[in-house]
Amino acid sequence: MTYGFYFNGQRCTGCKTCVMACKDKNDLAENINFRNVLEYGGGTWEKGADGCWGTNTFAYNVSIACNHCDMPMCMAQCPQGAIEKDADTGEVRSDPEKCIGCGTCATTCPYGAPKVDMEQMKSVKCNMCADRVEAGQKPICVEACPLRALDFGDIDELRATYGDVADLAPLPDSSETSPNLVITAPAQAAAAPAGELLNEREIL
Amino acid sequence: MTTHEKTSVSRRTFVKGTALAGLGAAAGSATLFGCAPATEGGADLAATGDAPEEKVVWGHCAVNCECRCALRFHVVDDEVAWVETDNTGDDEYGNHQLRACQRGRSIRRWINHPDRLTVPLKRVGKRGEGKFEEISWDEAIDAIATAYKKVLDEYGPEAVLVQYATGVQDSNIRNFVKRLACINGGFLKTYGSYSSAQIGQALPWLYGGREANGTSDVANSKLVVLFGDNSCETKMSGGGPTYHYMMGLEKSGAKVIAVDPRYTDTAAVHADQWIPIRPGTDAALVDACAYVMITEGLVDAEFLSTYCVGYDDATMPEQLRGQGKSYVDYITGKGADQTPKTPEWASAITLVPAETIAALAREIATTKPCAIYQGKGPQRRGNGEQTARAICMLAILTGNVGINGGNTGSDLDSYYMPADYGIPMPDNGVETSIGVFTWIDAVDRGTAMTATRDGVRGRDALAVPVKFIFNYGGNCLTNQHHDINRTHDILADESKCEFIVVWDTFLTDSAKYADILLPDLMAVEQPNIVQSEYAGNMAYTIAGTAITSPKFERRTLYSVLADIADKLGQRDEFTEGLDEMGWLERLYEQGREGDPDQPTFEAMLEQGVYRKLCPEGEHVAFKDFRDDPVANPLDTPSGKIEIYSAALEEATADWELADDEFISPLPVYCPESEGYADPLSEKYPLQMTGFHYKGRCHSSYGNIEVLKAANPQELWMNPLDAEERGLTDGDTVHVFNDRGTVEIVVKVTPRIIPGTVAMGQGAWHDADMAGDKVDKGACINTLTAYKPSPYAKANPSHTNLVEVARA
Repeated sequence: MTYGFYFNGQRCTGCKTCVMACKDKNDLAENINFRNVLEYGGGTWEKGADGCWGTNTFAYNVSIACNHCDMPMCMAQCPQGAIEKDADTGEVRSDPEKCIGCGTCATTCPYGAPKVDMEQMKSVKCNMCADRVEAGQKPICVEACPLRALDFGDIDELRATYGDVADLAPLPDSSETSPNLVITAPAQAAAAPAGELLNEREIL
Repeated sequence: MTTHEKTSVSRRTFVKGTALAGLGAAAGSATLFGCAPATEGGADLAATGDAPEEKVVWGHCAVNCECRCALRFHVVDDEVAWVETDNTGDDEYGNHQLRACQRGRSIRRWINHPDRLTVPLKRVGKRGEGKFEEISWDEAIDAIATAYKKVLDEYGPEAVLVQYATGVQDSNIRNFVKRLACINGGFLKTYGSYSSAQIGQALPWLYGGREANGTSDVANSKLVVLFGDNSCETKMSGGGPTYHYMMGLEKSGAKVIAVDPRYTDTAAVHADQWIPIRPGTDAALVDACAYVMITEGLVDAEFLSTYCVGYDDATMPEQLRGQGKSYVDYITGKGADQTPKTPEWASAITLVPAETIAALAREIATTKPCAIYQGKGPQRRGNGEQTARAICMLAILTGNVGINGGNTGSDLDSYYMPADYGIPMPDNGVETSIGVFTWIDAVDRGTAMTATRDGVRGRDALAVPVKFIFNYGGNCLTNQHHDINRTHDILADESKCEFIVVWDTFLTDSAKYADILLPDLMAVEQPNIVQSEYAGNMAYTIAGTAITSPKFERRTLYSVLADIADKLGQRDEFTEGLDEMGWLERLYEQGREGDPDQPTFEAMLEQGVYRKLCPEGEHVAFKDFRDDPVANPLDTPSGKIEIYSAALEEATADWELADDEFISPLPVYCPESEGYADPLSEKYPLQMTGFHYKGRCHSSYGNIEVLKAANPQELWMNPLDAEERGLTDGDTVHVFNDRGTVEIVVKVTPRIIPGTVAMGQGAWHDADMAGDKVDKGACINTLTAYKPSPYAKANPSHTNLVEVARA
């Protein structure tokens, strides 16, 4: 079975509880997040003849971690061959014995999932809470979400339930890495071409 | 003080380092430090030694966001290792989990924070300098009891203030402070709150009370209009209003319109339409909507004639008829000002196009049921009393009051637990009360505070100044009060307030003003009970015992108060022979009187959470009144909705108001001091509004590093305003007015109306008060005014004029 994540963009309020639940469970350093919430939006303002304002401003949030891709860019580019994909679960993980912390994975992953722990000089990232999953639980981010906007499970079942969309700005085109990710697009996704990432400083 | 902290920190670092060395990846550290060894990571633990025993203890996050979330603490070796939220049951909506937000999920980093206070402290420098020395508990308790007795003897209990404080909001134990004070004759009462004083004081004149439909009732709405209601950011709990809104709207499919100066996350996720509006002008928008509804015959005439007073001349109180004073007269321009409140009139004030206003009016009037809600932002202003009542007019004009899917126009509400877990309170012997925001006047001007100018109630003027302050778990001495630089000067004058005792977990900005500063335990480190606040149609109780034993010299609030009572010869009267767990059980059983269904005490400690659904399905405000207005009159003089409040007019007839302060008997727009049209706007052209920020609850959690990193303190500014000032996103700027200067990073975003900037409230003030006073912590209250609102005498937190320039 291959596991994947589901994200409901119509429910996500950008509260970042997923980020912090992950951070607590994994005892992450201040400057490393395994999951991030992207604030995406845009719009322009025009003053009418009456002095009043008109705008087409929009925004939405995207919660994103490692998508344990079928064609992981990090795995393909790792000069040490330290990254492998679990044959049973689909988990993409780095072998710390082989990893030299060069950061190639961090710079090549179009989702920005792997990070380099500069203290240990090792690549670190979301491991889909493999320990919890093995114990029959869902990853901590899924269980934490106050709006129940995240889900996790057999990717085939997720696609059967929620559809097979995996593209949403500002995420990369899903054809690049075949992520195990299913998305329900927010209502405002249609306005997406006019947008940009609005919270770069919050993404770690 | 630091020895233990270093030990504690180095132990954590060691654990983490060991795991990384042994396992090679951060995920390994999670396995050791973060997960339950019984089910997860057993092999990893075996590699590093014996698996420590782990227990799971129920607790909660009880800061003042108006949600209460259940937490499950994983405790190893009497230390919190990691924190889960409520993950029990099947999570079906209606019996759903009380999931904590990012703040509650970070509570371990608060509990284990190296900066936590560890020992009792006595001030040694000037008050406010933040210089303290360690003392023993005996010395601390003796100093408090002696100073308290001295003030009681010299001035009486009216000179004692139990400061407004919400760091442990709704945890029932905090009221033990008031119990001690009541045993000693009482304390100066206060009315209102920093959250909702204007709406809380104003709506009773309209409705006889302040009520709203439970948020889950939007499941029955066809249209929802939100005025400054941003629950998604302010109340993020997975058991609270945000989740109820989501589930209700998914069920009803109601259209949502958000009226707000900011394109909030609530607007982003819910709103089909955003109407950006100039801050402080919502009432003008309402006035114009009313104009459209009245002139186009769209009002619910039957509702207005049956349930309301003062709508038109026919429904005016008899003695006021024929004078052009009714609501219709005012709106249509037949009143004293002879100005029709047309959409064009309102567009110049609100900056909302006239056609947008007219369309909004028609949509609200023709889509039923329609739920009009306001957040607490529109009322927390210099004209908030008027705005709060005005917004309700949209619900009244359209007959949406007292029905499912409708609302009163008030802010959030819900079904509440019928049980009372409150501390038994002897009578407060003091009758005098003041607006909660005006405590600093009671310190500074004391007996010069009067009923007609300052809103003193129970006396014509204050009898004595405030000389003694108990501040338990609160940051309203400075950080969460207004005009910090002014407040600093008043509190630093030790001839005014003679003694301040503060309990806290950190050296907050307020704690710097303590004469005695006591190291408190977290609410979850003491036995206590919390109840749900705004939780739709599913109320709940969370009970918890202490998650760990007290660390360092920290003690429970209760034991400290019992020792103070002992010094005053009142131990038995205060304790009634009970310890903390004895009180927990007694108060829990006291709750059974209101709710016989609650589990046994033992079962409750085991299950942690107890839920109860609204017996009527949904809480509908004033439903009885709607069903039968004669049998169930409102608590107003007429028993009806008083659109024209002759009682308010009479009660304030002799009040002294400044030229820019207004109290109208009608619920209509009035300008505000330091509003957009204030002449001061020539010097400070930007309006600045605060907002409740996701990374903090007021100032609680404001120093937790991971939350600060994920939720940086930034000033929202429209690209047009940034361009005018040569600023780009990420620049460090100074925000300033005559009261002070804040240093902050600017977030240039289209998500705010031009001419207005916004700053999350609650950041920790950080300034050299002996030097330039530039606040590098970017606390909004360095810039807010001490100017009590006209009627409630409350904080105008969002009414500010500023300028912004590159730092």
